[in-house]
Amino acid sequence: MDTTKIENLNSFQLDVLREIGNIGAGSAATALASMLSDKIMMDVPVLRIINLDEVTSSLGGPENPVVGISLSMSGDVTGLLMFIIEKKFFELLSRSLLNHENQSLENLTEMETSMLMEVGNILAGSYLNALAQMTGLKISLSPPDLCADMAGAVMSLPAAMFGMIGDKALMIQEDFIGEDHITSHLIMVPEIDSLNNILKRLGVA
Amino acid sequence: MGNLVTVGISDMKIVTGDDMLITYALGSCIGTCLYDSVTGVMGLSHILLPQSSLCPTDRNIQKFADTALKQLVLDMRAKGAAVGRITAKIAGGAQMFLNNSLKIGERNIEAVTNELKILGIKIIASDVGADYGRTMHCHATDGKVLIKSMSKGSRFI
Repeated sequence: MDTTKIENLNSFQLDVLREIGNIGAGSAATALASMLSDKIMMDVPVLRIINLDEVTSSLGGPENPVVGISLSMSGDVTGLLMFIIEKKFFELLSRSLLNHENQSLENLTEMETSMLMEVGNILAGSYLNALAQMTGLKISLSPPDLCADMAGAVMSLPAAMFGMIGDKALMIQEDFIGEDHITSHLIMVPEIDSLNNILKRLGVA
Repeated sequence: MGNLVTVGISDMKIVTGDDMLITYALGSCIGTCLYDSVTGVMGLSHILLPQSSLCPTDRNIQKFADTALKQLVLDMRAKGAAVGRITAKIAGGAQMFLNNSLKIGERNIEAVTNELKILGIKIIASDVGADYGRTMHCHATDGKVLIKSMSKGSRFI
């Protein structure tokens, strides 16, 4: 039976998606650790199906400043992939990668913007590689697009895209623990046909 | 001071007296604040998408420009507002991600402007477009609307 909406996924299907999230998160943590030349541990990622309103509250409220990095997926899976980087994560990245101390999310420099896009690229690639390897599906990623603003405004793009499908989002929340405790949020908006494709390939459609 | 009533995404509320309405972090969404200065009836809608025809099975009329504004005007009339006196202030409709081809912000601005024209409501102030998010804080006592943003400061419209 085809799943028509994200909220109709059963618990077994969610477990399978969670496991892919896990493997993707593992390779993302490895990539992150090698970028930061730091020891990064990670908690078991949490895959949740949530309302869009809840996304902004888990990001510290609609007015909290965040960086959103969006990439579109094409090929056997189409849709949008969005990384949300919170202030603390951004500070860690610019300190370790750029030696910047007085950073502000409000006014990103060109250097910070390009660093963030690259990080988004690497992290998104880690997740998608895990998914592609497990399913045998071909997935390509567009170049990243970046926006630093209030969480609610950043979320308006996935919200509008979800809005056409339903009101629920698939979100993988992952905690990396190095010197600091940082959390990354990956929001995925697969088109429903693509989601069904993934589930079929994994034998849980 | 009156109460501060929050309007969520795909939501609308009406207040009177010295109450205030707020909707946070509009990106490509649009906040439309309708106000009848004689009765002090103020309504605020936060729409996500331009047309209800984009999702025919969706029953939430507050989500779309073409269905939300009609309903807001009806609800305001029920509270004593007169259509001939209602004016509009709008904010939002940004293009948050420059390379995104959906252009939801632009389509929302067009849809809201068009719908208000059909309803015969004049837009007396607007702060729309560009690439940044806006919070809209509306005061029913005098119809003033404060627009707050992260990097472009705050101003009344």
